[in-house]
Amino acid sequence: MVDTPVLEAIGVSRHFDVSRPWLQRALNREPRRFLRAVDNVSFAVPRGTTLSLVGESGCGKSTVARLSVGLYEPTSGDIRFEGQDLAAARADSRLRRKMNMIFQDPYASLNPRWRVRDIVAEPIRAFALLSGDAAITARVGELLTQVGLAPADGEKYPHEFSGGQRQRISIARALSSAPDFLVCDEPTSALDVSVQAQILNLMRDLQARLNLTYLFISHNLAVVRHMSDALGVMYLGRIVELGPAETIFARPLHPYTRLLLEAIPDIERVGTPRTPVGGEVPSPIAPPPGCPFHPRCPLANDRCRSEKPAHIHVEGVDVACHAVQEGRV
Amino acid sequence: MALLEVEDLRVEFPTRRGLLRALDGVSFQIEAGEILGVVGESGAGKSLTGAAIIGLLEPPGRIGAGQVRLNGERIDNLSPERMRRIRGKQIGAIFQDPLTTLNPLYSIGRQLTETMQTHMKLSDRDARERAIKWLEDVGIPAARERIEAYPHEFSGGMRQRVVIALALCAEPRLVIADEPTTALDVSIQAQIIALLKRITREHGTAVMLVTHDMGVIAETADHVAVMYAGRIAEIGPVRDVVRSPSHPYSEGLMGSIPSLVHRVDRLRQIDGAMPRLNAIPQGCAFNPRCPKVFDRCRQERPGLLPAGATRAACWLAEAGNG
Repeated sequence: MVDTPVLEAIGVSRHFDVSRPWLQRALNREPRRFLRAVDNVSFAVPRGTTLSLVGESGCGKSTVARLSVGLYEPTSGDIRFEGQDLAAARADSRLRRKMNMIFQDPYASLNPRWRVRDIVAEPIRAFALLSGDAAITARVGELLTQVGLAPADGEKYPHEFSGGQRQRISIARALSSAPDFLVCDEPTSALDVSVQAQILNLMRDLQARLNLTYLFISHNLAVVRHMSDALGVMYLGRIVELGPAETIFARPLHPYTRLLLEAIPDIERVGTPRTPVGGEVPSPIAPPPGCPFHPRCPLANDRCRSEKPAHIHVEGVDVACHAVQEGRV
Repeated sequence: MALLEVEDLRVEFPTRRGLLRALDGVSFQIEAGEILGVVGESGAGKSLTGAAIIGLLEPPGRIGAGQVRLNGERIDNLSPERMRRIRGKQIGAIFQDPLTTLNPLYSIGRQLTETMQTHMKLSDRDARERAIKWLEDVGIPAARERIEAYPHEFSGGMRQRVVIALALCAEPRLVIADEPTTALDVSIQAQIIALLKRITREHGTAVMLVTHDMGVIAETADHVAVMYAGRIAEIGPVRDVVRSPSHPYSEGLMGSIPSLVHRVDRLRQIDGAMPRLNAIPQGCAFNPRCPKVFDRCRQERPGLLPAGATRAACWLAEAGNG
């Protein structure tokens, strides 16, 4: 069991049907249209580590997050949680309670009409982990303390808290079922930087203390660098580069990863002139043929325009790029 | 004389429970062709400063004290009609969300020509040619063909380019850019920032760039003002404020930002949160969160004091000098 990754995705795709209504299609002789939000994605998250997925809006990272906790079913491919099929794992409440999710918006993800103690206790009650109000109250107090709030805060309502404190409540709720695995979808992008630092520090402390496994979704590469053991870079539904975070930051291979790292303003680079990435992300409904990145890629050639690159392994990093394979980088 | 001078500006909101001071004693200057970055966390008053300068404070908010001078002339006490003429002609504005800035019912060409013709004497043909030139300048491909297109036909990044063209087409002396890249993806963000910097440099336009993103400021601005609880905590050349901040708040803020270049085990964190406007502590507004607080900070409010290359509203700066 020790070597089984907590979460493993094997060739996972998720397509959404975005066709127009049947009658319009028939009248205009239009085919069905599918949005390939996630396209043949594979990764594994070993226990106690953090895998981060980064990419720009529409790259499919949040869809992967939802697939990973079973909020969406994959169109094809397998997701395994602790070695078991995810759908089966979700049906088994002993396994189901071991996964949880932290959402981006701490204003939308907490029920405004519930007291904090009820919000945090809900998973405990849902999984019948503890019985008796006294035991639940004690556990809720413990959870709130763990995330840096006071047990007395349980009596308040979410609107009485700031954004950062609300995200602490979300984390307390996510931890209440004693999970092993947390999917964190942009957990700090709605927060100010000083509050973001508090939450990121808290998440790392909790990971060390409780041996948590994180799938961390973010568009912010600096945050990702701070949090990750492994990193996957997504573009138009595919993982274009996957490997140990430090390796990728030290030596990005895929041209998209390079451009992304180049594009990000960083406070350590005062006044550094940069070459911005040209172009924009194409529509995932009609992705370009061949490598999806070729219209923006400085290294694109004819092969990139026609043939989808397969994943190749370069010194511990998985990368899907013809230029890397041919040594043109 | 600086192009824009803001002196001791106070913005207040009367409420049933008394007067809230959302900005208190804010003073700074921007020279022609200079980019001043204004940073701070939500509620620090950065957007409000911009709104007060261009006379777009939402009532009941009002300027309670202080002056705003453009080219040496006061603009904080003008009639709405005169202020409206200054906006656009002398001060351009770029906001976060390009969709709310552009009128969805008019083609972008019409919005550009109308703006220019309101403020400049131009024939229809000249205005149209200038509009095309502006669209080309901000990097809209096939500008001549797309001038009749409507805002919804453009992507987010392209729309923000149109907004920049719109803000600059009447050739204002000052542009207030409020979170111009926050709604955009990182790769697009870099394009827009580079564009804003290039175009304002070319035209010698002064820019007040309001953002919460220190990375953007570090790479774009000449000077930076760090705001906290409606006050300026520190102001100075960007390099000095970012690399060797003097105010404990700026120091904490810089340390709390994860970096792409170095990885640290723990980010520096400033415990607590910014005070609400109705509970700003006596003395220095940062004193309850400050690791270096001493008695005087709780009693007396520090003004901006010289601290190395910057000026910081911190009693430690005075101690350091004396």
